[in-house]
Amino acid sequence: MDLTLSPAEERFRDELRAWLHDNHPGPDPQGADAVFEHRRAWQQTMHRAGWTGISWPKQFGGRGATLMEQAIFDEEFARARAPQPVNGLGLLMGGPVVIHHGTEEQKRRFLEPILDATEIWCQGFSEPDAGSDLPALKTRAVKVEGGWSVTGQKVWTSLAHKADWCMLLARTNPEGKRYEGLTFFICNMKQPGVEVRPLRQITGHAEFNEVFLTDAFVPDENVIASVGEGWRVAITTLMNERTGIASAFGVQILIELGELADLIRATGHDDDPAILERFGRLRVEAETLRLNGLRSLSRVIETGVPGPEGSLAKWQVAELNQQVTEMAMELRGLDGPLLDSPWTYRFLRARANSIEGGTTEILKNIIAERVLMLPRSR
Amino acid sequence: MRFDFTDEQKAVRQAARDMLQRRFPSQTVRALCERNDYDPAHWSEMVTLGWPGLAVEERFGGLGMGVVGLVVLLEEMGRTLSPSPFLSNAAATLVLQAAGDDRQRERWLPRVVSGEARLGFAVAGERGTVLGIDVEGADAVVVVAPQHGRALLAEHVVGSPVETIDRARRFSHLQSSDGESLGGNVACGLQMVEVALSAELVGVGQRALEMAVAHAQTRQQFGRIIGTYQAVSHRCADIFRAVESARSATYNAAWAADSAAEVLPLAASVAKASAASGAWKATADSLQVHGGIGFTWEHDLHLYLKRAVVDGTLLGSANEHYRRVAALAGLGADQPALAGAAV
Repeated sequence: MDLTLSPAEERFRDELRAWLHDNHPGPDPQGADAVFEHRRAWQQTMHRAGWTGISWPKQFGGRGATLMEQAIFDEEFARARAPQPVNGLGLLMGGPVVIHHGTEEQKRRFLEPILDATEIWCQGFSEPDAGSDLPALKTRAVKVEGGWSVTGQKVWTSLAHKADWCMLLARTNPEGKRYEGLTFFICNMKQPGVEVRPLRQITGHAEFNEVFLTDAFVPDENVIASVGEGWRVAITTLMNERTGIASAFGVQILIELGELADLIRATGHDDDPAILERFGRLRVEAETLRLNGLRSLSRVIETGVPGPEGSLAKWQVAELNQQVTEMAMELRGLDGPLLDSPWTYRFLRARANSIEGGTTEILKNIIAERVLMLPRSR
Repeated sequence: MRFDFTDEQKAVRQAARDMLQRRFPSQTVRALCERNDYDPAHWSEMVTLGWPGLAVEERFGGLGMGVVGLVVLLEEMGRTLSPSPFLSNAAATLVLQAAGDDRQRERWLPRVVSGEARLGFAVAGERGTVLGIDVEGADAVVVVAPQHGRALLAEHVVGSPVETIDRARRFSHLQSSDGESLGGNVACGLQMVEVALSAELVGVGQRALEMAVAHAQTRQQFGRIIGTYQAVSHRCADIFRAVESARSATYNAAWAADSAAEVLPLAASVAKASAASGAWKATADSLQVHGGIGFTWEHDLHLYLKRAVVDGTLLGSANEHYRRVAALAGLGADQPALAGAAV
């Protein structure tokens, strides 16, 4: 049992921490377009210093960072409250997909612009009738001269209106098993067959979009792996990239709990034992989230195999963030519903946490079936 | 970072698991529970294996495997319930080692390691009750008063046995205890005992999870295995989460006890809070998964549920530790006088 960092890891952390301290671009500004430009500039600053795509191999512009260094990176970003780089999906998914499954030509074409944020990526997986049941997706890709013609509808696509490329999962074979008929494409978003409409959420913001594809063209050279391999590509990427993130979730919630403690004092609740117990319980949950994350990271480093444990972290962080923001809303009393506090936005935004990227119910299914080996429930 | 046991610790765990499963099959545990007693042969074997000296420093003749070593063993004991004075002796040893002076340690620890002496443990509660664990026949008793951060090494105690819901352990009420005080870092010793209790609770929760899953995999109703119903399988996932969280927190606290004293107060409370609430959730939810059979005396589940309640209460319930965690975050003018806050 050794929960310390190695000297090399400590140097990595100290170097990053010092760099973040000197280069932090300040919090996000008001307005979606301003946020986009702020985060694009931030990613370019990061890139110039070699801090984008750190887990990518060195020959593709990364640092070849270890899983532990990636976890340290995520924790330090959370601790510094640094904005996320604008091209998050490209860095976390798009790049690794191209690196693991792409051709040499695809690597030459796509990787560098992801790192320096000159090309923005979005993800076209979910559909109106294919949310939790992703393999039920209906978007069709039909073979045409030199490529594929794609028609269908995607939803919950963040940054679609800004994106140059979409990681698109579409059905290339309507017959046979539904997992086998899917193909992973890189689809050009700047073409007439692609229409993007903003999707307004309960917060009033439009973080996400609907994407309507009508005979959109994808050339053959933008197929990832091969036709019919789409499910395997999508699922391995989803599993690989989130291994180390859990402990950073824990740090993020611990920071939020610091703000909650300030709120408890500011609202005069710090002599209320029921409030203190509730706060303490959330703090304990946040600590166990962080520790569960570190323990599963340690297991992955040891065995080299990412497991289904990431589901536990995702479930825990969603529930915790909801409970923290609910408590803040309650503490603020009659001021709770006022729009002038960041807590109000967070409170509303948190409702999506237990849905986006896998509902809590699906995560529990994964734990029941793949960790506890209970029979399939459907 | 290596958030796991070493090969040596894993070997200890395997040996302990083999021994405990062989010596404490369900019928043995149940027979001992009926009498609310232990089998001296079991304790002799544990002494032969060197277990009382596991966490004792080498300069006192112990194995020096620290609180982490103890956690390895106690998790396995929680899984089998294994009625024996191991926990009370280990708890007393931890407090004595942390808070005793050299004379006290040199006098007692080598004899504890060799099995020549056995220590009982007792906790003074808020309303004058002093709950003893395995004090009958003990050569000395470490009596702790967590709310005052004090501990006493008593060679003469007067007490009478009491029956509790946990018949796999022997309890008594102490009327008087007479001895010398332990003047060192009592708070640190108590935090180590909290970690030890947490480890036993992790084992209890783990066993309750295994029982729930086994039942959900085999029991049929409406012509289907009940584990195919999400109402059941999701409850099993809930138990898994509770046990995993308690385990991560407990291992972290054990590491802190041995290697990072500055974070022990928080780590111990996080461990005890998540282990107390986790083992309770695990056993109570496991009972629900079992349905009627889980409520019968003949099924083993209630033995675990009762252990979860009693261990959960000792040295601070989940709620008490939540308040302590809030206090460590600087909240609350009137901070609860628990072990961690006392020093």
